[in-house]
Amino acid sequence: MDSEIRIGKWVEDLVSFMLDHFQSTFDAIATVVNGFGGAIDYVLVGAPAWLLIGLIVAISLWRVGVGFAVFTVAALVLIAGIGLWTETASTLGLVLTATLLSLLVGVPLGVWMARNRVVESIVRTTLDFMQTMPAFVYLIPAVMFFGLGRVPGILATVIFAMPPAVRLTSLGIQQVPAEIVEAGKAFGCHDRQLLFKVQLPNALPSIMAGVNQTMMMALSMIVIASMIGAGGLGNVVLQGIQRLDIALGFESGLSVVLLAIVLDRITQSFGRTASAPGPARFAFLRRFLPVPAR
Amino acid sequence: MNTMMRSAVSVGGPASLGFPRGAARTSIGEDAAVRLEVRNVYKVFSADPKPALSMLRQGASKAEVLEKLNVNVGVLDASFQVRTGEIFVIMGLSGSGKSTMIRLLNRLIEPSSGEILLDGKDLVSMSKAELIQARRRNMGMVFQSFALMPHLSALDNAAFGLEISGVSKAERHKAAQQALEQVGLGTYAHRYPREMSGGMQQRVGLARALANDPTILLMDEAFSALDPLIRTEMQDELLRLQREHQRTIVFISHDLDEAMRIGDRIAIMEGGRIVQVGTPYEILSRPADDYVRSFFRNVDASKVLRAGDVARYEATNTVIRLPGELTPALQQLRENHHNFGYVRTQDGRFEGVVSQTTLERELKGPQPRFINAFLPDVRTVNAATPVHALLALVADTEWPVPVVDDDHNFLGAISRALMLHTLVRGD
Repeated sequence: MDSEIRIGKWVEDLVSFMLDHFQSTFDAIATVVNGFGGAIDYVLVGAPAWLLIGLIVAISLWRVGVGFAVFTVAALVLIAGIGLWTETASTLGLVLTATLLSLLVGVPLGVWMARNRVVESIVRTTLDFMQTMPAFVYLIPAVMFFGLGRVPGILATVIFAMPPAVRLTSLGIQQVPAEIVEAGKAFGCHDRQLLFKVQLPNALPSIMAGVNQTMMMALSMIVIASMIGAGGLGNVVLQGIQRLDIALGFESGLSVVLLAIVLDRITQSFGRTASAPGPARFAFLRRFLPVPAR
Repeated sequence: MNTMMRSAVSVGGPASLGFPRGAARTSIGEDAAVRLEVRNVYKVFSADPKPALSMLRQGASKAEVLEKLNVNVGVLDASFQVRTGEIFVIMGLSGSGKSTMIRLLNRLIEPSSGEILLDGKDLVSMSKAELIQARRRNMGMVFQSFALMPHLSALDNAAFGLEISGVSKAERHKAAQQALEQVGLGTYAHRYPREMSGGMQQRVGLARALANDPTILLMDEAFSALDPLIRTEMQDELLRLQREHQRTIVFISHDLDEAMRIGDRIAIMEGGRIVQVGTPYEILSRPADDYVRSFFRNVDASKVLRAGDVARYEATNTVIRLPGELTPALQQLRENHHNFGYVRTQDGRFEGVVSQTTLERELKGPQPRFINAFLPDVRTVNAATPVHALLALVADTEWPVPVVDDDHNFLGAISRALMLHTLVRGD
């Protein structure tokens, strides 16, 4: 055994070194994430089911259409009927928290990556690593650093779900047509204006596709993260597995699928129309708006 | 356009032949102020341009540098001047360096060496902050692919440059609306680019470049992506805008017809080098080398040349200056063996055409006056009228057709013989 490269041991040593020396940092992160996640959870789980369902249906109607709004009503009422509404709301909270954190880190990282070759090569390699590493493996350091519960669940999910946000932000910026970037420069943009007024708005469809992907990956990971006590629907799925309870497994699994479809369609709609503000369905409203003075 | 010009010819009476192009080519003389001057500019695409530059300065060609140093040469020792108020067309085939050239002018591409003076100030030596200010205040650019912001309405697109400069919303929207109205899109302000045709999008692109009233307008193959019909329409639009308000424009094109149509002067580029600069007529009549000549081989001279380019003054016509007597004028005509004489005032204004017959008739009268000796129905043509629009008129008129400029100054006349000679030029 001594002749082997003991890479696992080195990582273990690194983790315990960090635990010994950066405990206060981890505690601070844990406090922030717990506060953030807790607040979202408190609102979503605390709100009456009809209110939350009404809100999601309203967004579906606004962003996607009548047909999908009907589907959303049916799906969410079915979940409530099964008796898994609280768990679903909790999972929704976890997914939103993890997605927001992923974007908070991922989008700026993607921008940096698009603008700097060295950063690009480092981040790209790291992302490849992160995406191919089996999802369960993230749970171990998460537990080591943050114990059991919501915080390690969310952070493991953030790590797992971030790559698409980074990649698609970077890709979106790199794919802005050269002449549009030239136009920005030719009219006198300095670097920040070029980013915020030219590159980011033009990359928005791609960034929104990244948001969609990130959210879907967060949902899949948050179910797995129930193994370390993240809570929500994942707990029910886990119970179904442990008891070999087909009925419970199916009900909880179905709830995850329905939630996934609703979230997927809504975030996709933001990607589609990101380059064109105001859905055409509401174009008639323009008639009622005051005409700007000539 | 052609039909329009022909109908203008057929309008009766002694009126001057109107032609929309007018001002641009005739009024920008050699003496117009230089707005932009490019001096010995080189661009080599290399991290260290020095070895390539020294090779080029010793006379190496683009191909030699590429072979020896594996360095691409974009522009090679370019020098030219753009005068205030002219449309300066840089023309060349793809790979000739014309797109690089225009990007050097606002430093979207950094020159490797040389000077670019805009109103006497060197853009190349400016700091980044100064360059940004110069781009905001003095330069507008129009792109081949329009390059509009898809998330902004036509109004906000037109206001883009002003927004970047920090102009307040009310003010920039006002200027943008005016710019849109100039290009005929006043009522489309709230449309988005994806809701507009290519021609309309490029009008917005033009409005965006006009909104900050730039000192110089750079147009990179601005009409090349448009359908031929729309392209002609946009060229007319540009010429119309140019008549209303003379701007200094550098226009890149690979299309000879376009260059001939809109260019006051044309620079021809080949292999990164500027081979010849001149008016369309100069280039057509005296091509610098075989490359330029081959360009013009299939050009219909009657479409390129304008009345002002062809008209001859004294050599083939008798010019009578006022004030004067009828008897010496008749004498002059007889000596020159000319039947017709062109009467102009002291300060050059065209007055009319007399013939030996009318002078003789008038001299028999009690009080001989030039005005009574003028031939009736004499039509003048504006110097900017293309020759092909004159063929019928010249063929049908007994006397050489007098050519005048916008101020009705006599520039010369075109006889049938001169017209034929022009059409068979050099072949």
